[in-house]
Amino acid sequence: MKLTKVLLAAAAATTLSTAAVAGTLDDVRGKGFVQCGVSQGLAGFSNPDEQGNWTGIDVDVCRAVAAAVLGDAGKVKFTPLSAKERFTALQSGEVDVLSRNTTWTLVRDSALGLNFAGVNYYDGQGFMVRKDLGVKSALELDGASVCVNIGTTTELNLSDYFRANSMKFNPVVFEKADEVVAAYDSGRCDVYTTDQSGLAAQRIKLKEPNAHMILPEVISKEPLGPVVRHGDDKWLDTVKWTLYAMVEAEELGVTSKNVDQMKGSSSPNVRRLLGVEGDGGKNLGLSVDWAYNVVKQVGNYGESFERHVGVKTSLGLERGQNALWKDGGLQYAMPVR
Amino acid sequence: MAVETKIAVAPAKPPVWNDPRYRALFFQVLVLGGVVLLGAYLVGNTMANLERQGIASGFGFLETTAGFSISQTLVEYSEESSYGRAFLVGLLNTMLVSIIGIFFATILGFIIGVARLSRNWLISNLAAVYIEILRNIPLLLQIFFWYFAVLRNVPSPKNSHSMFDSFFLNIRGLYSPAPIFEAGFWLIPVALVAGVIGVVILARWARARQERTGERFPVFWTSLGVLIGLPLLAAIVMGFPLSWNYPELKGFNFVGGMVVIPELVALALALSTYTASFIAEIVRAGITAVSHGQTEAAYSVGLRPGPTLRLVVIPQALRVIIPPLTSQYLNLMKNSSLAAAIAYPDIVLVFAGTVLMQTGQAVEIISITMAVYLTLSLLISAFMNWYNKKMALVER
Ligand SMILES: N[C@@H](CCC(=O)N[C@@H](CS)C(=O)NCC(=O)O)C(=O)O
Repeated sequence: MKLTKVLLAAAAATTLSTAAVAGTLDDVRGKGFVQCGVSQGLAGFSNPDEQGNWTGIDVDVCRAVAAAVLGDAGKVKFTPLSAKERFTALQSGEVDVLSRNTTWTLVRDSALGLNFAGVNYYDGQGFMVRKDLGVKSALELDGASVCVNIGTTTELNLSDYFRANSMKFNPVVFEKADEVVAAYDSGRCDVYTTDQSGLAAQRIKLKEPNAHMILPEVISKEPLGPVVRHGDDKWLDTVKWTLYAMVEAEELGVTSKNVDQMKGSSSPNVRRLLGVEGDGGKNLGLSVDWAYNVVKQVGNYGESFERHVGVKTSLGLERGQNALWKDGGLQYAMPVR
Repeated sequence: MAVETKIAVAPAKPPVWNDPRYRALFFQVLVLGGVVLLGAYLVGNTMANLERQGIASGFGFLETTAGFSISQTLVEYSEESSYGRAFLVGLLNTMLVSIIGIFFATILGFIIGVARLSRNWLISNLAAVYIEILRNIPLLLQIFFWYFAVLRNVPSPKNSHSMFDSFFLNIRGLYSPAPIFEAGFWLIPVALVAGVIGVVILARWARARQERTGERFPVFWTSLGVLIGLPLLAAIVMGFPLSWNYPELKGFNFVGGMVVIPELVALALALSTYTASFIAEIVRAGITAVSHGQTEAAYSVGLRPGPTLRLVVIPQALRVIIPPLTSQYLNLMKNSSLAAAIAYPDIVLVFAGTVLMQTGQAVEIISITMAVYLTLSLLISAFMNWYNKKMALVER
């Protein structure tokens, strides 16, 4: 079943027309919506709510792209993808942009023929264990059984970490995230490992979330961000600057609520961002009010963060590394000018 | 006579393009050429497209260090091994679960197929219920059922069920002592092989003698004695060159000994019980295909029901059973690729999964994986065809 899916995708990749490789921007305009690859359900990042609407910070990136290109954040279609399927789906043109808690790595950027448009969440890999196991540190995990998702950076980091600390472990590798969680919850594994944000999100799904704890060690860098196909610079620019626009808006204090007043601001930076001045939109091949649409319809980076993963949500994540650079974090938009 | 020769000697020779032989040859060459060209175009197009998209290609990755570990390895393997080695591990795991599955599916299928024909109402209907339930529920659901519903009910490592303090059953698997072969162990397998050869010769001789003289020889019991006795003798001579490595609980899990992981158990169970329901129907069809007259004829020459079934009905039924049975074996082997759903490290999970993800070389890896399934299928078919020929009606 899965095999045929991969095969089809591989076959599709081989017979790709040139149009699908270059000119995604025109493609998207032509069909009138953005096809966005998301997870199969990861709270806070990309998850369908009760009404079946996709929500999350990864989803917001796609909505923002739709707002920038088509002027309407609602014009997005979602394709839920497992970690294993995601890159083939992007390579073969099944999705226009992959926004699925995907770590930026060298192999993915090069050998897979992809380009990362930026980082919308700086993360790191962690471990979750049952509290009654009595483990306080990841260094006590020698001999443990570990549940993990296939096709993730998680899988490799895990081996590296145990090897580096001369510990042994039994990997139990699943294809779907839900099965990983079910297996961990039923006691097949002592440890569940994935991105820290993922642990926070998946923990909610456990039978007794409070019987589990996340160990202090962060064993890797997991910069998560949207991905596009290699060789389509225009589309790469579109996604990249959409992301920057959200961060820049936060830095300039422009929110979805005040964006209309802000249009009258005297700050040149704000005026340029919102298209009151300058040729930003034109240079990108977008409309003048591209960034205005993004902020108005989706919100700035901070708004999106607090809405989906922040301390007031069930994930309860601090801004931490994802604070703006001027607040000591890593989120830094290139100058929009 | 003369007229006939005349006709034979002087056929109106058609021009080459109208000669059916040449014409057939021409079109075959044309089609073959077309297929080859199409293939070449597809390969060329693929390579050009991969190149243009900047996707890596080639088979060099097989020698690269894999860097990940695998939960069940039949051959030596560690994180430092290559992707090629990981491929081998996955391949062997696929073959292991297929062989186990085929073995139990066949036994179970035959039992249920015969039970279905039983004159006992209860037995026959129980078999019918089994067949209808198992073959009508999607296999993936059955795999999940065994894995998540049944096998989850065993205890955690700390509360393992234990037997003689050397076998332990818990949610991480079934642990048993592992044999350690000491110096001088070689004589035991040698003795076993010698025993097998002896038994074959004995069986031939016994049959020849029975055909000549009609006297029967207790081949079965003698063989059993030889097969057990010889290795036992070897073991005594060498002073029992075998010790056991017992599993023991250390930290989170048992270490030492051998382990059968629950993923293997769930997958093998699901594959064999599911396929057995199809095999049962095939067996039933095969037996019903043997006309009742055969049984009556056998009874009338004085054969008892047992030998009648064994010597008259089954050999004829097998001719009907084997071809569809082959398809079931092929299905089982291919269905084993559902392993990925429950973390059994077969070739799809390890190679077409982890390795593919880490290298991104989808075209090469999927081609290799397809070639593997094709080869395994052809091997099974070849074996079954050979067996079928052996069983086929020898017309005199
Ligand atoms: N960031 C890592 C891991 C991404 C990943 O797939 N994580 C899993 C576990 S949190 C996930 O998102 N599962 C949700 C799903 O598959 O729908 C990567 O890019 O490889």
